[in-house]
Amino acid sequence: MSKLEVRQIHLSFGNIHVLNGISFTVHDGEFVSLLGPSGSGKSTLFSIIGGIRRPDRGSIWLNGKNITGKTGLISYTPQTPSLMPWRTIIDNVLLGQEIQGYRDEKAALAMIDRAGLKGYENSYPHELSGGMKQRVAFIRSLLSPQSIICLDEPFSALDELTRMDMQNWLLSIWSEHQKSVLFVTHNIEEALFLSDRILVLSEKPARITAEFHVPFPRPRKEMLYLTDEFIHIKREIYHVLRGQLVKHS
Amino acid sequence: MRENIIKVWKSVLVFLIIFLIWEVSVRVFEIPEWFLPGPVQIFREAVLSFPVYADHIVPTVILSLIGLAIGTFIGVMTAIFLHRIPKLKEIVYPLLIVSQNIPTIVLAPLLVIWFGFGMLPKLIVITLVCFFPITISLLNGFLQTDQELKHYMLMAGASSRQIFWKLEWPSALPSLFSGLKIAATYSVLGAVISEWLGAKRGIGVFMTLSSSAFQTDRVFISIFIIVFVSLLLFFVIQLLEHLVIHWQHIEDGKPNE
Repeated sequence: MSKLEVRQIHLSFGNIHVLNGISFTVHDGEFVSLLGPSGSGKSTLFSIIGGIRRPDRGSIWLNGKNITGKTGLISYTPQTPSLMPWRTIIDNVLLGQEIQGYRDEKAALAMIDRAGLKGYENSYPHELSGGMKQRVAFIRSLLSPQSIICLDEPFSALDELTRMDMQNWLLSIWSEHQKSVLFVTHNIEEALFLSDRILVLSEKPARITAEFHVPFPRPRKEMLYLTDEFIHIKREIYHVLRGQLVKHS
Repeated sequence: MRENIIKVWKSVLVFLIIFLIWEVSVRVFEIPEWFLPGPVQIFREAVLSFPVYADHIVPTVILSLIGLAIGTFIGVMTAIFLHRIPKLKEIVYPLLIVSQNIPTIVLAPLLVIWFGFGMLPKLIVITLVCFFPITISLLNGFLQTDQELKHYMLMAGASSRQIFWKLEWPSALPSLFSGLKIAATYSVLGAVISEWLGAKRGIGVFMTLSSSAFQTDRVFISIFIIVFVSLLLFFVIQLLEHLVIHWQHIEDGKPNE
């Protein structure tokens, strides 16, 4: 069963053509990364998928229903953790549910525990480190009722070591929940390590120039980074990205 | 904490020195009492005439508090309405700014003509001077809402009511409190000035009576009471702010535990 379908999305801001016929599908339980240079309109694409911006042309489909321009149907984790400073961790985590009109505190507590944040339920966001805050934001998405999660460069603000920890953590917790994930990043290694499939975006006007199926079995370990196969695919993707950059400049 | 104590002590010391210079000058230059009484004389009078002015304090405090409460309510309501209806804000906001360049206090004599010498004209004056700083600071507070959070709320399918109560209102609370602090001082000022125009009791009345009888020490007493009441109100609001916005002062790097 196909979950999220993005069909022929076009968008321009005035004379600037931002999205040029983007089409792809995220299947049930699949982890798909959108890889592209900064400023390639990835975040704009997210706001279209999230329904807060309408495309000039094209449509978004979820489980066979047209959801173009409808909000609240995907779960979203922004670039910065975006936690509310006046809410405790548990209340922040429950925000996504609250917006949909219910609160499942038991599930939230279990998830906080699972994320290694036990004891922080009643703390405020400023008491947590950057990585911890990002984990809270991700739990908030997981607990939200929507079955597809969109992550917008969630680890870009973290240092390298924390980033690796977070990637491992994300994979382990994702494998338990099997929600579909659409992950935006500009980091090739991150995309390779996490995804089932990688879609490479071009610079503006953005379109999908290549698609890579990531062959590595799960569960994946950090050692994967050092294997020849990993480096081989990384080089291939690098050339695709690089090639399109050279073409444009 | 230690630093705060040192700061307070420095201020107290400055005041003590000023009072000392004042007292010495009054004695050395033999300044007549009706012109400028010394601090010692004022203090003595404050103790002796306490039964005279004690009755005047409570009405002013009550007047200020009621006026502040009404002004705050109207100020908050105005801000919410203008924020929720942007078209209305476009029209009303400039008028609001212009209206505040008129010192509202000058309306007081007019209000006395229309509404007599009772509570009503006084409360109207205080409300008028109080609501403006509250409306403006709350509106600015709404504008300072974190855009990333708003983006998140929209994506998550939040209604505009949910965005308002879960996001914009808490975001604006710190601004509301800065407005409240200004309004509190204004409310005491408004109360005293409206009492000058006509009242049976109140610090304003005690002040005009003393001034027309050249009891300058009592005028000073009134001033000190007004200052004291204003400061007290200010600190009460600051305390409330501390309790309500418990997340912020910790964020500033001053843990309160």
